[in-house]
Amino acid sequence: MAAEFERPVLLFSGGKDSVVMLHLAVRAFAPARIPFPVMHIDTGHNFAEVIEFRDRCVADMDVQLIVGSVQASIDTGRITDVTGPRASRNPLQTVTLLDSIAEYKFDAVFGGARRDEERARAKERVYSHRDSFGQWDPKNQRPELWGIYNSRHRKGEHFRIFPISNWTELDIWSFIAEYNIDLPSIYYAHRRPVFRRDNMWMAVTPFLQPEANETVVEEMVRFRTVGDATCTAAIESVATTVEDIIAETSVARITERGATRADDRMSEAGMEDRKRTGYF
Amino acid sequence: MERLRFATVGSVDDGKSTLIGRLLYDSKSIFEDQLEHIEAVSKRRGDDYVDLSLLTDGLRAEREQGITIDVAYRYFATPKRSFIIADCPGHIQYTRNMITGASNVDLAIVLIDARTGVIEQTRRHSLLVSLLGVPHLVICVNKMDLVDYDQTVFDRIREEFEEFASRLDLQDVTFLPISALAGDNVVTRSSSMPWFEGSTLLHHLESVYTASDDNRIDTRFPVQFVIRPQRSDFPDYRGFAGQVAGGVLRVGDDVMVLPSGLTSTITGIDSPLGPVEKAEPGDAVTLLLADDLSITRGDMICRPNNRPRVSQELEAMLCWMDDASPMQQNKIYSIKHTTNTARAKITEVLYRLNISTLHRETDVSQLQMNEIGRVTLHTTAPLMFDDYHQNRSTGCFIIVDESTGQTAGAGMLLSPRT
Repeated sequence: MAAEFERPVLLFSGGKDSVVMLHLAVRAFAPARIPFPVMHIDTGHNFAEVIEFRDRCVADMDVQLIVGSVQASIDTGRITDVTGPRASRNPLQTVTLLDSIAEYKFDAVFGGARRDEERARAKERVYSHRDSFGQWDPKNQRPELWGIYNSRHRKGEHFRIFPISNWTELDIWSFIAEYNIDLPSIYYAHRRPVFRRDNMWMAVTPFLQPEANETVVEEMVRFRTVGDATCTAAIESVATTVEDIIAETSVARITERGATRADDRMSEAGMEDRKRTGYF
Repeated sequence: MERLRFATVGSVDDGKSTLIGRLLYDSKSIFEDQLEHIEAVSKRRGDDYVDLSLLTDGLRAEREQGITIDVAYRYFATPKRSFIIADCPGHIQYTRNMITGASNVDLAIVLIDARTGVIEQTRRHSLLVSLLGVPHLVICVNKMDLVDYDQTVFDRIREEFEEFASRLDLQDVTFLPISALAGDNVVTRSSSMPWFEGSTLLHHLESVYTASDDNRIDTRFPVQFVIRPQRSDFPDYRGFAGQVAGGVLRVGDDVMVLPSGLTSTITGIDSPLGPVEKAEPGDAVTLLLADDLSITRGDMICRPNNRPRVSQELEAMLCWMDDASPMQQNKIYSIKHTTNTARAKITEVLYRLNISTLHRETDVSQLQMNEIGRVTLHTTAPLMFDDYHQNRSTGCFIIVDESTGQTAGAGMLLSPRT
């Protein structure tokens, strides 16, 4: 895929799917360096452990990191920050992402999205075409047959490419176990102060504080997905190793986003609407 | 864990969504939040029952119109295998969707309503399964509960199908009497059909033998990328990365590179987990060769005594997929085949296949959206290919409209008619 584009980039947040993507890329090109940079769209509201991991990981693997900063987009007036006790910068990432793609003239953006995560993602192609506004048109997608991918695009358009579309959460963890891959510590069970909101355990961070009627307790938790701290919830868990997590995932009765993502709960087509305008 | 990809083909009326729902539900693969979600949506819409198709119909337009627009993918696993379901809609643009969904599956499930038997749609779907070379076909005679679980009904449908299927190229066909609604023979054995001695659908999916489906004889390695580290610790490394499309490559094997025809020997195979001795179909590896040959993306590595065809004149079954413009003879298109991209003209339409009657219609110069025809093509550069029925990976190609960028056609290469 990298051979067919002029300027590819790999989205890398430090989350488990993007860590797996980075390992796949590094191993595919070894012993050469991967011929493209990685990029993180940083809302400024991420877990400290994940940012620390991100920086350590790119240093260890000797890859170039570009950070697209939502804070910088706010400072330059490209977007207006959200306010209020329940505000989340998660949806603001789209503008920063599209601006960064335009700034660096990226024509292929690799992502670790999977079809089993969410209804709208289940319908997306591996090579997902975006017009010059970064928009996805779900009703006009190119058919994708065999293992042949159509990468044809005009100047200013780009592709989102999802090589691990057909992996499940269990596949990700099995790969992490087989290849002995390091992850941010918050994927494993640990004690932390949390409070209950919308039937989910939210972590107390500088970016998310409990409201008056929400009580903070210390619980043994882990994160099944890792994103912006204002909309990513923890689950109760005692799984402290990869093997524990594989066992826990095998018998999970709730999907990973269903258990942890406040952003998908907004509406029945929350993800589809965000994706249409350029979200990953 | 072993993985099986299968396609389900048919329309909602055949009970396809119910069947998928039943497979997922009885194998405990529906998550609680998904079930709660579709229960809530069904209730809000005023449905009498929980509409399991909502599990796969993810787009707003699909939910609003109650139709499936696109191939949907579902994932589930049992202790024996993990499964990917490509759920192909039966009515709207069925040819394009079915070909897309069935292009890379190991098995296809075609549903027949026990009350109606083999109908035109069954014939069309089975023809497409045959054209695409899907190795295993399962005919589920569904709604057996509505015909009193009568063995004579099942036997009659089976005979009808076999008579028609003798004209097709189907390798392995299994017949199952089921009721998706009542759960008979889907995950658990039916107590209402003691006369049926075969296995349940899930058991069949878990145990169907697929190891011999890959072509392990004809060595084919299309080069995807040349790896040359610009770093001092690997001054002379030059590797050829790609995915094995056929045969088994071993360290020490003599190989030939096409189109140049130069030969060398494999000195090493690097896999994602480090050096290995051999690589099999589907493995993504990097090959190291003894000689410093000029090799680029699009070249094909094979064995000197077992080569693919190399030609600029091709013959193929072509399915047209572009709703904006029909296939035009002698128009210049872009063609993608293995890791190669060239330009191509469709020089002649030999016939159009009527997919309901199997008649070959001649005197045709165009193919419309969803039509299939046997065509000849001329390409700007030679392609290295095999007959599609020998090797799906090196026998398939897509046609891209250069002005719109759309994937306009999908083709299966065939040996020229003599």
